[in-house]
Amino acid sequence: MSTAAVQQGTKWWSGGKSPFNASYGKVMMWYFLMSDAFTFGAFLISYGTIRFSQNHWVDPNHVFNSFPFAGHANLPLAFVSLMTFILIASSVTMVLAVHEGHKMNKAGVEKYMLWTILGGICFLGCQAWEWTHLLTGQHEVLVNGQLEYWNTTVAHNPFGPEVMFNGKEVATPGPIAFGSYFFEITGFHGFHVFSGIIINIVMFIKTKMNHFGQRGHYEMIEKAGLYWHFVDLVWVFVFLCFYLI
Amino acid sequence: MSASISSPEITFHPEHEDTTKPIWRTFWILSFLTIIELSIGLIIYNIHKGENPNATLVLAFKGMVCILTLAKAYYIVAVFMHLGSEVRNLIMTIIVPLCLFIWFIAAFLWDGNSWKNLRNRYNRINEKTPTEQVAPAAKEKGAKD
Repeated sequence: MSTAAVQQGTKWWSGGKSPFNASYGKVMMWYFLMSDAFTFGAFLISYGTIRFSQNHWVDPNHVFNSFPFAGHANLPLAFVSLMTFILIASSVTMVLAVHEGHKMNKAGVEKYMLWTILGGICFLGCQAWEWTHLLTGQHEVLVNGQLEYWNTTVAHNPFGPEVMFNGKEVATPGPIAFGSYFFEITGFHGFHVFSGIIINIVMFIKTKMNHFGQRGHYEMIEKAGLYWHFVDLVWVFVFLCFYLI
Repeated sequence: MSASISSPEITFHPEHEDTTKPIWRTFWILSFLTIIELSIGLIIYNIHKGENPNATLVLAFKGMVCILTLAKAYYIVAVFMHLGSEVRNLIMTIIVPLCLFIWFIAAFLWDGNSWKNLRNRYNRINEKTPTEQVAPAAKEKGAKD
């Protein structure tokens, strides 16, 4: 192939060929992902606007400091790093599936698609645990001079600034926008992961039925891969905005 | 390379290397960057825990994390999504519209910040003496939001 690659001086716009040197489906997948990037970007930027408009925001290391089966141990960043590595690993297996597809290796594509699907399911499981933990975990809050126990929901934020009460430091209610944005954005991302898993399962079945082998190319795996990597890409930014800064 | 022509729109196939070496190399780069990000996160956590956290230092570390995130995004898009090996036309049609984000982020964060300043100033005037006082009373203010 290398001989045909990068013909210098190719007139891409003179007609007769795709100026993007890609099939219609792949170009449209790229445009869909670009528009989706703007959707996520708008969500994250509106979160940033509200956060900048507040005098106090939630310290992520204080909210996300637990780990399954670790009890009340204070482990900031531990669980979310596990989630991040799961998603990076599933991105790698996806790109390996695309690689096997280039080599027309059906068994290889099947193997790596299964690993990718497994990674996606693990990620969703982690997210379900984290949501459950936030929605059911009770925290002491000082509300109108009285101590109450609040969960973190779209309407309650028990992680406000701390004040002295009866000789000990107690949190007061924080901006409710925290819960709304957290559940909205991670939920929207989780929904993307979910639809990515469905797409990958469909691709796995089609590989198993040798549809791509008959077609003579595995470009559909590439398109599904583009979507899956995009989900990983968005997580990189969600991870930045909610957990690191 | 047995990559057959998948579509008449494709003039040539970008060269796909036979080894998976670049994929694994990118995996290690991404893991390494993530580990650095996490250690910076822990540094920020420890600065916050101490007495009188240095706001400038925290901001500098947060800026570093943002740059590392952009580096990760570059590797995912260029290597995993193979955008780096597409023709220049396709690269540009994706990258150029995304430049809108530069304005998008700057304008809206600025807006949020101005909103905070205005609220701090005028809430104070209403509550107390009508003098110009900008210093935010972080503790009681946050409690009301």
